[in-house]
Amino acid sequence: MRRLLILLGLGLFCLPALGQVHEYNLDNGMKLLVREDHRAPVVVSQIWYKIGASYEHNGITGVSHVLEHMMFKGTEKHGPGEFSRIIAENGGRENAFTSKDFTAYFQQLEKSRLAISFELEADRMRNLTLPEDEFKKERQVVMEERKLRTEDNPRALAYEKFNAAAFMVSPYRHPTIGWMNDLKNLTVEDLQQWYHQWYAPNNATLVVVGDVEPDAVYRLAREHFGRLPRVDVPPIKPRVEPPQKGERRVVVQEPAELPYLLIGYHVPVLKTVEQEWEAYALEVMAGILSSGRSARLPARLVRGQQIAAGADAGYDLYSRQDNLFMLSGTPARGHDIAELEQALLEEIEALKNEPVGQAELARIKAQVVAGDVYEKDSVFYQAMQMGILETVGLGWQTMEVYREKINAVTPQQIQQVARKYLRQDNRSVTILDPLPLDGQQPAGSPTATGH
Amino acid sequence: MMKRLNWKIALAVIVILALTFTLARFERGDEPVSAGVDSSFEFQSWTTENGARVVFVPAPELPMVDVRVVFDAGSARDGDLPGLANVTAGMLNEGAGQWDSDQLAERFDDIGANYGVSVKRDMAAFSLRSLTEEDLLEQAMQTFATILAEPTFPHEAFNRVRRNTLVSLQNKKQSPGELAEDLFYRHLFGQHPYATPVLGKEESIKAMELADLKAFHQRYLVANNAVVAIVGDMDRPQAEALAEKITAKLNAGEAAPALPEVEALDEANRVDRSHPSAQTHLLVGQAGMRRGDRDYFSLYVGNHILGGSGFGSRIMETIREERGLAYSSYSYFVPQRVNGAFIMGLQTSNDQAEQALSLLQEVLTRFIDEGPTAEELQHAKKNITGGFPLRIDSNKDIVQYIAMIEFYGLPHDYLDTFNDRVEAVTAADIRDAFQRRIHPDKLLTVTVGNGSRSE
Repeated sequence: MRRLLILLGLGLFCLPALGQVHEYNLDNGMKLLVREDHRAPVVVSQIWYKIGASYEHNGITGVSHVLEHMMFKGTEKHGPGEFSRIIAENGGRENAFTSKDFTAYFQQLEKSRLAISFELEADRMRNLTLPEDEFKKERQVVMEERKLRTEDNPRALAYEKFNAAAFMVSPYRHPTIGWMNDLKNLTVEDLQQWYHQWYAPNNATLVVVGDVEPDAVYRLAREHFGRLPRVDVPPIKPRVEPPQKGERRVVVQEPAELPYLLIGYHVPVLKTVEQEWEAYALEVMAGILSSGRSARLPARLVRGQQIAAGADAGYDLYSRQDNLFMLSGTPARGHDIAELEQALLEEIEALKNEPVGQAELARIKAQVVAGDVYEKDSVFYQAMQMGILETVGLGWQTMEVYREKINAVTPQQIQQVARKYLRQDNRSVTILDPLPLDGQQPAGSPTATGH
Repeated sequence: MMKRLNWKIALAVIVILALTFTLARFERGDEPVSAGVDSSFEFQSWTTENGARVVFVPAPELPMVDVRVVFDAGSARDGDLPGLANVTAGMLNEGAGQWDSDQLAERFDDIGANYGVSVKRDMAAFSLRSLTEEDLLEQAMQTFATILAEPTFPHEAFNRVRRNTLVSLQNKKQSPGELAEDLFYRHLFGQHPYATPVLGKEESIKAMELADLKAFHQRYLVANNAVVAIVGDMDRPQAEALAEKITAKLNAGEAAPALPEVEALDEANRVDRSHPSAQTHLLVGQAGMRRGDRDYFSLYVGNHILGGSGFGSRIMETIREERGLAYSSYSYFVPQRVNGAFIMGLQTSNDQAEQALSLLQEVLTRFIDEGPTAEELQHAKKNITGGFPLRIDSNKDIVQYIAMIEFYGLPHDYLDTFNDRVEAVTAADIRDAFQRRIHPDKLLTVTVGNGSRSE
């Protein structure tokens, strides 16, 4: 306990190199967040759009991600590939990512180069040309990406089907990369509409972290982004998942070597929960199960009973909509999926029946406190955290109170959320049942590509 | 979904590539890009009492320290038991000194310290990240030192680790990418110790005994075979004390012997493996270069243009941008103790595999014949030297790079001269180096996918 006290105390002093977050609002509704970190003469700049796969509907799934690819295919001012070329020539790195709740673009540059990134991002926020021929090639590339990530990866395929079964109505049922058939039928018009509807300054947050002066960044942002027009962003329908009434089970049969198990329970997240502490209790519960090598799943199932070769728990506190509390694992040699499932469910029952021990809880909290310091080693991560929080509508300030909220979680609260949410009738289970891999399929038969 | 590189694939690549990319990280460019960049962190080095080399960079901004201990104890030292280095390294925290596996885990987790281990072909690396508050650091350090020097290798844990390694091996079999890589290394390196997968093989994992692990530990995890890298909030005396503490219990031992040279392939070779996947994974290459190679800079800058820099590189332009054939396509050198691999690769739908393969070959042949254009060379130099400040923006990265530099015995002015040496490379140097070193008529080609015949 003494160590924990030291840890808790540690977080209280201000880290000298790191500044506070400075928040600015441009007249067109764009938000700017700046944080100083003078450890290295670099800057990371990220644009976060409030748009992602969970805004999509059947028929156009994957459109956010394909549009993300097309954002590198040129504007009237800078042709296809120019963006990357200019950043590379300036010694920078750049990339982008799409998730359920956001699409984000970033550049990492030597600090004096920030204006280059702003100029290019502001230009492509409204002036993308979306040429048809580039679109057709890029759609091919994305289909190859889908094959690489999902079709040829048995666990990813199982996860995709698990999600689609666990969520019937919630847009979280769709894969971020999109269903193959939707990708095949996507048109450049779908992208144009998506782009014009969502890529607007008032639907974006600009996050800058690095060796910068906040007011100077603000002036620079105003100069480049300030003249972009505000756009009417349509309200989105909530599409809330109806309460689950009874367990759902899905078996996925695919060529694979190993079985794989996924279990999920519908739970609220920080954005949707009625009582805030519940979300933090769920977060701590995930930590009790699988944060660190001393957590319950590695200690009890991998090392103790030796039923699992690997097992994990996960919960995404910062989703935009209700999400899942997840467990997953692969059986150890000599054990099967049924035994693994049984063992995981016993861990769930234990969470309901016995309060978590003080030492265990302290361990999780210690990791959170230390993690707070470690995270500051990466400017990219700092920016990312702010971007996510702002984009899902929680506000960047949420990260400032994280440690305090985690520290306040009690063993009784963990027990309460376990009882309330980790119920059988609220559970979805998916089992990957391996089919033989070794050349059993006649050539050309629909195997992993059968969508 | 990352747009450009597939991060999963890229991660595997980047881990290997870290060595290729890293060096640029330390350089201060002479051009305006990095004007005013203060890269002069203090890179200090010394040797501990029992012979471990130490490198240290003070980083006072955050109350934390990163320690990385690297031994010349990678899978190249496996001997007749592929996977031995990896299993041994993985077993260290299953019991050490007076603590069992659970207690060791708790000793780190209790104080928020992170312990990690990774084994590659040349090295076994053990890392520790801790807060620097005295009590916490003391516990982290004591535990870490005990793990390195006094593992108890409990029998039950050994059986479990072996069983789970077999599961990992099975997992690789369902991944066409990993299958392709294993085949590539096996056929490229033949009898050389680089030929076998780090994770080992089913037979060798089953055949391994505790005595093998103990002998391996005793022989290779010793001070004279180690580099200790430290980056964190401390001064030189504190770092010296820390390095002594970490290594105090290690046997002094001896450095590992030199590895045999890699023999180049004397003819082209093709290996096709059938796999029920939607894509064919394609790897093409040959033996590449070593750390400190006299052609290092010519090959490194040349490869940047060929396929090492993602967008803008010739392979990416040809395969992805012009034709949309693949999500990821690349080339890289793995500079190691002795010549590592030179690899070009991509993944594409089965029916496009042959087309993509001939394009890869064409791009390479043309690059060897003609060398880069003046413009390409200029862009590459700007990118490499200008990107320098980005590469030292976290302690985590810095500790890896300084450990690597010391491990491979690169000269201590290596960092100071790196950008100059990049700048000094000419198009003629690149063409000359590629012509002498890369032989398009003696390439190994590996395909794994549905479009291929059975091996």
